[in-house]
Amino acid sequence: MNAVPLSSMTQVLPEIVLAIGGMALLMFGAYRDRVDNAVCVLSVLLLAAAGVTVTIIPNGNVFGTSFILDDYARFLKILAYLGSAFAIVMSLNYQTLEKQRTFEYPILILLSTVGMGMLISAGDLIALYLGLELMSLALYVVAASNRDSLQSTEAGLKYFVLGALSSGMLLYGCSLIYGFTGNVSFNGIAKASSQGGLGLIFGLVFLFAGFCFKVSAVPFHMWTPDVYEGAPTPVTAFFAAAPKIAAMAIFARATISAFPGITHQWQQIVVFVSIASMALGAFAAIGQTNIKRLMAYSSIGHMGFALVGLAAGTPEGVQGVLVYMSIYLAMTVGTFAVILSMRRSEGMVEKISDLSGLSRSNPGLAFFLALLLFSLAGIPPLAGFFAKYYVFLGAMKAGLYGLAVIGVLASVVGAYYYLLIVKIMYFDEPAKDFNPVPGELKAVLGVAGLFNLLYFVYPAPLIGAAGIAAKSLF
Amino acid sequence: MSELLQDYLPLVIFIAIAMGLGLALLVAPFLVAYKSPDPEKLSAYECGFNAFDDARMKFDVRFYLVAILFIIFDLEVAFLFPWAIVYGHLGVYGFWSMMVFLGVLTIGFIYEWKKGALEWD
Repeated sequence: MNAVPLSSMTQVLPEIVLAIGGMALLMFGAYRDRVDNAVCVLSVLLLAAAGVTVTIIPNGNVFGTSFILDDYARFLKILAYLGSAFAIVMSLNYQTLEKQRTFEYPILILLSTVGMGMLISAGDLIALYLGLELMSLALYVVAASNRDSLQSTEAGLKYFVLGALSSGMLLYGCSLIYGFTGNVSFNGIAKASSQGGLGLIFGLVFLFAGFCFKVSAVPFHMWTPDVYEGAPTPVTAFFAAAPKIAAMAIFARATISAFPGITHQWQQIVVFVSIASMALGAFAAIGQTNIKRLMAYSSIGHMGFALVGLAAGTPEGVQGVLVYMSIYLAMTVGTFAVILSMRRSEGMVEKISDLSGLSRSNPGLAFFLALLLFSLAGIPPLAGFFAKYYVFLGAMKAGLYGLAVIGVLASVVGAYYYLLIVKIMYFDEPAKDFNPVPGELKAVLGVAGLFNLLYFVYPAPLIGAAGIAAKSLF
Repeated sequence: MSELLQDYLPLVIFIAIAMGLGLALLVAPFLVAYKSPDPEKLSAYECGFNAFDDARMKFDVRFYLVAILFIIFDLEVAFLFPWAIVYGHLGVYGFWSMMVFLGVLTIGFIYEWKKGALEWD
C-alpha cells in the first residue's frame, strides 16, 4: 500500500471543505440554541467557498483514478452547489412559518452535496456507489424532515425503500461488470469491454436501472410524483435541482468513459428511456391538479430531453446535456420560488386552480411564472428553447433523426399543460390573494427569471464552458 | 461457459442434498411420530413462562433507536478488527484514515448525546 501524500489531495479540497464545515456546523448547532439562521447563512457560505475552491484548484486524479477532477466535474459541481445553495435560501421563510426550523436541515443538504461532489468526480464503480449512497441517505432524511406530517414521512419511507431497491440493482450491475471485465475503474472497463459480451450488457442494464431511478427516468420514475408531493415544498425544490444534476453527471460520465466499446448497445437503452420519459412527462402531466405533482411529471419529461443528448454519445451531445441541465436548474429553481410563494393566510396552497386570476392579484408573480412556464415549454427566445435546441442538434448530428422528431413532438404535447397554467393565471376569475412574497424568494425568482429571459442575449459563456467540459470526457 | 458452470456442480449437489435432508426431517415426524397433543404442548414456548400476550404487539420505538445507535458502533468495531490486524503494513496513511473515520463517528456520537437520544425518558 502506497502512502498518499496530503499535497496530492488538493483535488478533493471542495469535498473536504464541505464535509468538515458540515460537521463543525453540526457541533455548533448541537451546543448552541436557536442558531438556525446562522447555520443556514454559514452553509450557504460554505457552498460558496467550495464553489470558489473548485474553480481555482488544478485538474488531476486522486486515490488512483477513483476521484477525477476535470473540466466536466468542475462545471457540474458548480451547478450542484448552486442548486443546493438556492434550496437552502428558499427554505428560510417556509420553515419559519411552518414551524419546521431545525438546524439539521441545511447540514443534511451540505452532506448530501458532499455526496454529489463524490458522485460527479467518481472514476470507478466503488467511488460511484459511495457517492451515490452519501447523497441519497441525506435525501431520504430530508424527504421525511416534517416528522409530524403523514405525507412527509410516507414520502421519506417510499423514497428510502425504492432507493434501496435501485441501489441493489445498481450494485448487482456493478458486480456483473466487475465479474466480466475484471475491473472497477471506468478506464479499465473501457479497455476490457471493447469486444462486448452478453454478461457485460447484462451488467450495463442493471447499472442503467440504478441511474434511471436517480434521474427519475421512465420506467423507474414511479417514486417521483409521490415523493415530490409528499415532501415539504423546499425539499421538493431541492430534489428537483441538485441531485438530478449529480445523477445525470455520473450517468453521462460512466456511460461515455466506461462503455465506448459497446456504444451501439447502450445507445438503444438510452434512446428507449429518453423517448419513454418524454412521452410520459408530456401525457401524464395533463391530468394533474396539484402543481407539485405536475412539476414531478415535468421533471421526468425534462430528464428525457436531457437524455436525448446523451443518446448521441458525442461531445456535442454531452455539451447539450450540460447546457440542458444548467438551464433546467434555472427554470426549476424559479418555478419552485413561485410555488413557495403560493401562501394564503390559512397556509400553503398547491392546487393549480389556486393560481387563477393571478395576473390581476399579483401581476409581477404572474409575469415571472408565465415566463418560466414558456421557458419550460421551450418557446423561443427563452432559455428553455436553447436547451432543447442543443440536445436535438447533438442527436441530429449523430444521425438519431427519429429521436429528435419524437422529442419535438413530445415538447409540443408538453406545451399544452404549461400554457394551460398561463391561461388559468391570465383569463380565469381571480381567487383569493396570496400573502406578500418574501424578499429572498423574490430575489431567487428575479435571478432565475432574468436568466431565462436574457439568456439569448449572451449565450456564449455557458455554451463555451459546457463545450470545454464535454470535451474533457472524451 | 460450460467450464464455468462445471465449477458450480459441487454447489448444486450440496444444495440438492441439503434440501432433501431438510425436507425429509420435516416430513418424517408427520408420518412416523407418536402424537398426543394437549393445550400445554400446543402453547408457545417462552423460556418456561406462560405466554402472556400476543407476539405481534406494539413496542416502544426507543428500543429501535437504541438498536440503530448500537449498529453504528458495532460496525465501527467490525472495521477496527481487520485494520488492527494489518496495522503493521498500513503506515501513517492507514493510521490517519482510521482516525478520520473514528473522528466522524465521534462527531455523530456527540450529536446524538447532546440531542438526548441516549436518554431513556
